[in-house]
Amino acid sequence: MRDVAIVSFAQSAKAKEQRNEVEILMPVVREAVRACGLPRTEIGFTCSGSSDYLQGQSFAFVGALDAVGAWPPIKESHVEMDGAWALYEAWIKIQTGDVDSALVYSFGKSSPGDIAEVLALQLDPYTVTPLWPDAHSLAALQARAFLEATGKSERDLAEVVARSRRSAIGNPHAVVSGEFDVEKLLLEPCVSSPLRAHDLPPVTDGASALVMVAGERARKLCERPVWIRGIDHRIEPQGLGVRELARSASTEIAGARAGVHKGRVDLAELHAPYSHQELILRAALGLGESVDVNPSGGALTSHPLMAAGLVRIGEAAMRLMARDGDRAVAHATQGPCLQQNLVCVLEGD
Amino acid sequence: MGERSAVIGIGQTKYDAKRVDVSMPGLVREAALAALADADLGWQDIDAVVVGKAPDMFEGVMMPELFLADALGAAGKPLLRVHTAGSVGGSTGIVASSLVESGVFERVLCVAFEKQSESNAMWALTVSTPFSVAVIAGAGGYFAPLIRAYMRRSGAPEDTGIRVAVKDRQNALKNPYAHVKIPGVTFEQVMASPMLWDPIRYLETCPSSDGACAMIFASEAKAAKSPGKPAWVHATAMRSEPTMFAGRDQVNPLAGRMNAKDLYAKAGITNPRKEIDCAEIYVPFSWFEPMWMETMGFAEEGQGWKMTYEGATAIDGDLPVNMSGGVLSSNPIGASGLIRFAEAALQVRGQAGEHQVDGVHKALGHAYGGGSQYFSTYIVADHKP
Repeated sequence: MRDVAIVSFAQSAKAKEQRNEVEILMPVVREAVRACGLPRTEIGFTCSGSSDYLQGQSFAFVGALDAVGAWPPIKESHVEMDGAWALYEAWIKIQTGDVDSALVYSFGKSSPGDIAEVLALQLDPYTVTPLWPDAHSLAALQARAFLEATGKSERDLAEVVARSRRSAIGNPHAVVSGEFDVEKLLLEPCVSSPLRAHDLPPVTDGASALVMVAGERARKLCERPVWIRGIDHRIEPQGLGVRELARSASTEIAGARAGVHKGRVDLAELHAPYSHQELILRAALGLGESVDVNPSGGALTSHPLMAAGLVRIGEAAMRLMARDGDRAVAHATQGPCLQQNLVCVLEGD
Repeated sequence: MGERSAVIGIGQTKYDAKRVDVSMPGLVREAALAALADADLGWQDIDAVVVGKAPDMFEGVMMPELFLADALGAAGKPLLRVHTAGSVGGSTGIVASSLVESGVFERVLCVAFEKQSESNAMWALTVSTPFSVAVIAGAGGYFAPLIRAYMRRSGAPEDTGIRVAVKDRQNALKNPYAHVKIPGVTFEQVMASPMLWDPIRYLETCPSSDGACAMIFASEAKAAKSPGKPAWVHATAMRSEPTMFAGRDQVNPLAGRMNAKDLYAKAGITNPRKEIDCAEIYVPFSWFEPMWMETMGFAEEGQGWKMTYEGATAIDGDLPVNMSGGVLSSNPIGASGLIRFAEAALQVRGQAGEHQVDGVHKALGHAYGGGSQYFSTYIVADHKP
């Protein structure tokens, strides 16, 4: 395998953006490219992740090419997935030897529609979507299964929320942050039992972008490049009845194959849009109490859908670049109830 | 290119206007099972799955690969969903091949599909965001002016498109999977068909189809164990450019020309017309055959129509094009590019049945999408690169 490092990252996140997707994306891409130190024309490959259904238009990603400056024409691809999987496709492309560097970006606006209802369109269109189960209700089913299987309580979920919001203080991309009392959180009404509003991901519009470079070149471009030491992703069947919802079998496989256990983990950025999912993911990856989980505040404090997974990788990489640790785990998810998961192991140079 | 990659399995569904006999899971599984049977493999032999399709609004399901995961035997495996506009079928094949070329996986299944009867492509292509112009014309309305521009530039005879349509529709009669089959189709019949978007007539345009196509890419070691003849990937290429800006040449786009140059350089080809034995080119409207002949370097600029006129692109010509009947005969949009790749591989493997061209050693698969701005191509051969 070729050694590939993340050398720059940029993001944007707001509760509600007045700008369109291209306008949000352009400064983010420009910042990631500027910070990497490579001229735009020398970046070998470009790959993006987004969803037509968020933009309400077919070929939504085509317009994004305007933000990237695809002229002269570029080697480029797109996944209808979170940007973390665009990073994976780009990493594969670098492994083939065809290119030595890649720009990865993703974007999405959740605010224009009712995101929990829009996500019902991800379900089996013949038998499940007609019942229109919204995303929050499905997550609540999983949360209930998790609490019953593990003996954990709603207090444990509230503690995840309080810690996440505290960690988000000072994160300019968090749309919710601050000191919150667990007792007071528990007094809030349930949206869908056992989940309360603060257990859900906040509606967020945003974008993220990063640049990856192979080999020694990364060291010339970046004071402390962050190497991708392992990366893997796995999917489960979607049907909730055929899955063990209280654990994440696909994260377990991806984590093992990415080599999470091969060394000490200093910090982890886990893409857990719902509070109970952080606990499921911690268990699936075997992360102990010593691991600093979601120092950015995580997806409970900022959740630009389609970009949020790539943000986890970027947040973890930026912390290693700043020498806040040496080895990190980043995770991305998509699909109902953690259906599909990607795990990436990062090491600072 | 890293590790060698070869096509060892190909499966297609019957293409039709409405495949009411299957659901989406049934449709993709039909193609996947056919590819597994062709390669004499089972689900357990597949390391990773790549799914491709065009806009989700064509079926009305957001990221449908999520609910299709188990139908494609992907449980516990990596699954990627590619979407690069109309070129997506080609890109899906390229991503699958790259998973093998990277050395990470040994056998990768890719499936591209569209079940257009689930929704309405004309509507899906028309929805616009606020404050932008709605064309309300589908793809034909977008491409007709480009064809007019080509006719003006090249001075091509007005009936060139009709000749392409007759040829592709005759070829389709030899393809058991083709959707539109018109026995005894004639020049007069195509000419007399209604004008949809001047100069594109009804019989010069592609249908809306349901269908899926699957391919299995394998490493050199696994290809050696495969019972069938592998089609070796010699080169892949992808290029994209923005849709609109002043001065952009949409008739012979720079992205298309750069893509061809990159592809031939990687495959060590200096004279594509001589060195490539046949090609499956993405021709959704008849006139795109001569246009892409020029972009792909098979003809000089302005001369592409002569290849059609002189019969060079006929199934018995010196560079047969769209032996399967092409996109004009079957168009499950998201799969159409992968069908081109699959048909090129079928020719190399000698599996194309009635539409097989004799003595094919090297074949080209081509897809394009968006406003003639996304290009995905590959070259396969009966020998290792």
